[in-house]
Amino acid sequence: MPEPTTITLRAAVDWTACQGHGACADLLPEVVSLDEWGYPILQERPVPAEARRRARRAVSECPALAFLLKR
Amino acid sequence: MNTSVLPPVRIRSLANATATATAAMRLLPSAPLNHQAHRAVYGDLPRLDPGHVMAAAEHSGLSGQGGAAFPAHRKMAAVREAARRAGRRPVVVANGSEGEPASAKDKALLWHAPHLVLDGVALAAAAVGADRAFLAVEAGHGLLGYLTEADRQRTSTAVPVTIVEVPSRFLSGQESALVSFLDGGPALPRFQSRPVFEQGVGGGPTLVQNVETLAHLALIARHGPAWYRSGAATSLFTVRYADSTPTVVEAAPGTSLQHLTGAVSGQAILVGGYHGTWLPLESAARSGREVGAGIRAITGDTSVSAETLGVPLGAGLLAVLPHDRCGLVETASILRYLALESAGQCGPCLNGLPRMAAAFGELARPTPRSDLQQIRDDLSRWAGLVTGRGACRHPDGTARLARSALIAFAAEADAHSRGRCRASARPPMLPTAMPPASQSTASE
Repeated sequence: MPEPTTITLRAAVDWTACQGHGACADLLPEVVSLDEWGYPILQERPVPAEARRRARRAVSECPALAFLLKR
Repeated sequence: MNTSVLPPVRIRSLANATATATAAMRLLPSAPLNHQAHRAVYGDLPRLDPGHVMAAAEHSGLSGQGGAAFPAHRKMAAVREAARRAGRRPVVVANGSEGEPASAKDKALLWHAPHLVLDGVALAAAAVGADRAFLAVEAGHGLLGYLTEADRQRTSTAVPVTIVEVPSRFLSGQESALVSFLDGGPALPRFQSRPVFEQGVGGGPTLVQNVETLAHLALIARHGPAWYRSGAATSLFTVRYADSTPTVVEAAPGTSLQHLTGAVSGQAILVGGYHGTWLPLESAARSGREVGAGIRAITGDTSVSAETLGVPLGAGLLAVLPHDRCGLVETASILRYLALESAGQCGPCLNGLPRMAAAFGELARPTPRSDLQQIRDDLSRWAGLVTGRGACRHPDGTARLARSALIAFAAEADAHSRGRCRASARPPMLPTAMPPASQSTASE
């Protein structure tokens, strides 16, 4: 079922789990960049509608299961 | 209660400075009170009606005294609501873990007025509907046995209180670390997909309140929220000078820095704690001068409040840096300690804090150098990178301290880069680990 686009999703990180693999930044450069140590820097703004599919991939493909989406 | 008990720190009360204050309005009695003496001074605990306690907390404006200064009533209301939705009884955790090595006010309170704290636990438990409570204290001070005995003296057990010693580490008192420890895990912060007020001890709604906050609640229940709001109610500070023994001072809002700390002569004051802010201490003529982002110079006449100082009072530490000490050396020492106390669980903290500590170690060394600006830029960038990027606020507080030191000791950093230091070389005055028990209980 397609989810209503009115719900905003924001990127979040479980900092105790994140190991700085950087998959989230590769998949979702609109919202995630990496700091000088390889850990994600998250934009405040919500995930753009056109990037939602990649955002979900970032969640499922994070090797540390540390990348999250929050409503 | 053993009358030969020797409280571990000096205390000083300025509560008598106000004409209307009585012993029943003070947080710190001059000598430790057993339950009988406590009731003689403070009277019996008023009724434990939940609505009454909630209203008193709300109208008093009571906020947390452990560091974050969050409104107590809002926290209690959130726990009540979470418990109602989850359909289970919440847990109260009285936080007396005071992992901050420079701070002593919670330990002094627990020694002198254990029953005021236990009254507060009973009131908070009644307010949120909790059926069990924990009182967490720092290990290594003899508080476990002392408080267990105090609790035994109380006949009306409104709520059973389990007294627990937590490891003497900086982060042990962080809310999620306490919850983890009480659940049988390590005393380290953990990632919270849901806040502690919803999902704390045993996965249930949990109210974590600092012990001083609870003692305030016990006084509010007796004297009313209007009394508390009027400015007559006191709070606790840990005052430190160059010597290693702190004084815990009880003072009303608006007390001047000079009055609160004794005679103020120094170059700067560390306000709040090791997650706090250095403020330069200047002559009256230059008071209030903004010296950098959010940092104002203060004088001995400045009254002590978050509003007048322009920074949070945190856990109530006021450490006076004398003229013959170096603020960069102190800050480097604290940053090194904070980096070592990092749980090492979160990448930005794990990477950023040791780098910040090392860079400050460079600043603290008086030697001719051309890379001063580079070091400052690195520190500012790292402070920004660690802020808001962890499971707890340890990196945020560490960044706050480093930023304020860069501003307050800017001239000293310039002097160091020319190979000069105005302080005579000495070891840092501020403690970075718990002193051995034999020292901490030494009499004055």
